[in-house]
Amino acid sequence: MQVIGLTPYLVVASTLFCLGVFCVLTRRNSIGILIGVELMLNAANVNIVAFSRYVGDPVGGQIFAILVILLAASEAVIFLGLLMAVYQRFDTIEVDKVSLLKDEVPGDDAHERA
Amino acid sequence: MDAMLQALVFYIFAALTLGGAVLAAFSRKLVYSVFSLLLTFIGVAGLYVFLSADFLAAVQVLLYAGGILVLMVFGIMLTHRIADVTLETQFTHLKTGAIIAGSLWLSLLFFLSLARWPLLQKVPAYGPTTRAIGMGFMGDYLVPFEYSSVVLLVVVLGAATLVRKEVD
Repeated sequence: MQVIGLTPYLVVASTLFCLGVFCVLTRRNSIGILIGVELMLNAANVNIVAFSRYVGDPVGGQIFAILVILLAASEAVIFLGLLMAVYQRFDTIEVDKVSLLKDEVPGDDAHERA
Repeated sequence: MDAMLQALVFYIFAALTLGGAVLAAFSRKLVYSVFSLLLTFIGVAGLYVFLSADFLAAVQVLLYAGGILVLMVFGIMLTHRIADVTLETQFTHLKTGAIIAGSLWLSLLFFLSLARWPLLQKVPAYGPTTRAIGMGFMGDYLVPFEYSSVVLLVVVLGAATLVRKEVD
């Protein structure tokens, strides 16, 4: 028996996605951005599984969702690796303070004069 | 009566998901954000159960709630000094973000209200899916399965390369 149709899932997923977009656009800390990306991936997953159940081929959609979860986990690992590297060099992970190229020295404002 | 109960549980899970997401997006402290993400992940796992995706719900709880969340907490602990207890996160470009996300949301809801999907006449009954997923991974979806193992290998190597100390 099925009382809930397709549309409630789509509404939940689109709201989740837009909250993720807002989070990515407004956070200054890069872990906040990672949180937003995870929200968006979850929203996409809910959409995929809901469509696969109500429009056809449930197994294909669930396999796709498992692959998305795998990529999300890999992405989180790489993201935190980058975070460690950035923190070692800049002592902060706020994205608008990380603005130097490879061989520039922090504190040297040569890039601002140029 | 049964239908009402089912709808009630669905809306509880949906509210859990969205409430957690709202807290994660808007709370000023990063640690609160990460922990309210837990609510979202558990709510999404509940939605998966409603969509007859039992294996996926288990994977969601294990990998997201158990793995990614712990990773994020580690990230916070390793990149903030113990001394700054506040761990506050400031927002930037609040107005632009709100306009973009809000207009995206409204347009999504608008098109959802217009759309007509080619729905199945009869939605399949609830049942276990683990066997079908395993057969799928060993059959039709063998290539993505093998590629995902390559992706995992590259991720392990890449993470180790990124965080290692520079040795001359």
